[in-house]
Amino acid sequence: MKLIKFLFIGIGFGIILVKAEIVSWYRIIEMFRFESFHMYGVIGLAVVLGVIALQIIKRKNLKDYEGNPIVIEPKPKQYTRNLIGGIIFGLGWALIGACPGPLFVLAGFGYVSILIVIVAAVLGAFLKGILVK
Amino acid sequence: MEVLFSFWPWYVAGPVIALIMVFLILYGKRFGVSSNLETACSMLGAGKISDYFKTDWKSQKWNLVFILGALLGGFISRQFLMTNETSHISVETSAWLTNLGFKNAGGMFLPEEIFAMDSLSNPKVLFVLSIGGFLVGFGTRYAGGCTSGHAISGLSNLQLPSLVAVIGFFIGGLVMAHFLFPLIFPL
Repeated sequence: MKLIKFLFIGIGFGIILVKAEIVSWYRIIEMFRFESFHMYGVIGLAVVLGVIALQIIKRKNLKDYEGNPIVIEPKPKQYTRNLIGGIIFGLGWALIGACPGPLFVLAGFGYVSILIVIVAAVLGAFLKGILVK
Repeated sequence: MEVLFSFWPWYVAGPVIALIMVFLILYGKRFGVSSNLETACSMLGAGKISDYFKTDWKSQKWNLVFILGALLGGFISRQFLMTNETSHISVETSAWLTNLGFKNAGGMFLPEEIFAMDSLSNPKVLFVLSIGGFLVGFGTRYAGGCTSGHAISGLSNLQLPSLVAVIGFFIGGLVMAHFLFPLIFPL
């Protein structure tokens, strides 16, 4: 099964989000109120190490596991969408205290109400596709 | 063994998350959770309503498997990796939330005022859950990514659109956390 490795990476992702309290509603509101370093530390360090890792991948011309060159597509330059969409997401992130990753982890953790949030999020993505493509 | 049952600090979580992004890249994929919301629409037949969703969602199956794994990770943590640990959110945040009517400010992991099953009979709670989810789904897809796709992957790849999106995340989050919360809560 080629997909099984993604299941295991996902399990690791879920566990780290719980163990570092990234799934905590309180940690997110605390971040937006600038009252703790925790979330800034998590995201900041991930980005710093991510920049270093991607530079190594690019400069050494590393190949992926199938032997294909690794070319990371640039993000489309849609600054208005990035900003407006970002603001809309930010409002929801602070209110619900979870971004998309944690939503699924919290569902697995046993919070049934989160399913309402997930369904609403899929509907939001659906309406975005209908209204603005 | 004790470490398995306690909370982990930011300097453990940051490297692990970077590692997850790198693993996915080395497997020829890209770290981004919110695209699953669109994949779910395509999978559920949204292509019949809009061509936008007429995509080959099967090529994204790996990402659905990834979030299924994340869900399992949540389950495993709850079943096997929890003891009576306590979360240490800041006293300022905790006091501010108590003022807004949150009884157990700083508990694990979600406030019962919004997420407990018996709060669902309150229509305002249902509204908060639905509108919050809607904003997350609509906003991430309009912005072209969420925390994983823009804040982690995009910034790691020095992408200006991702920086703009992350600035947006914070504008929205700050407005909610500083101005709108006192208008919304207590529910």
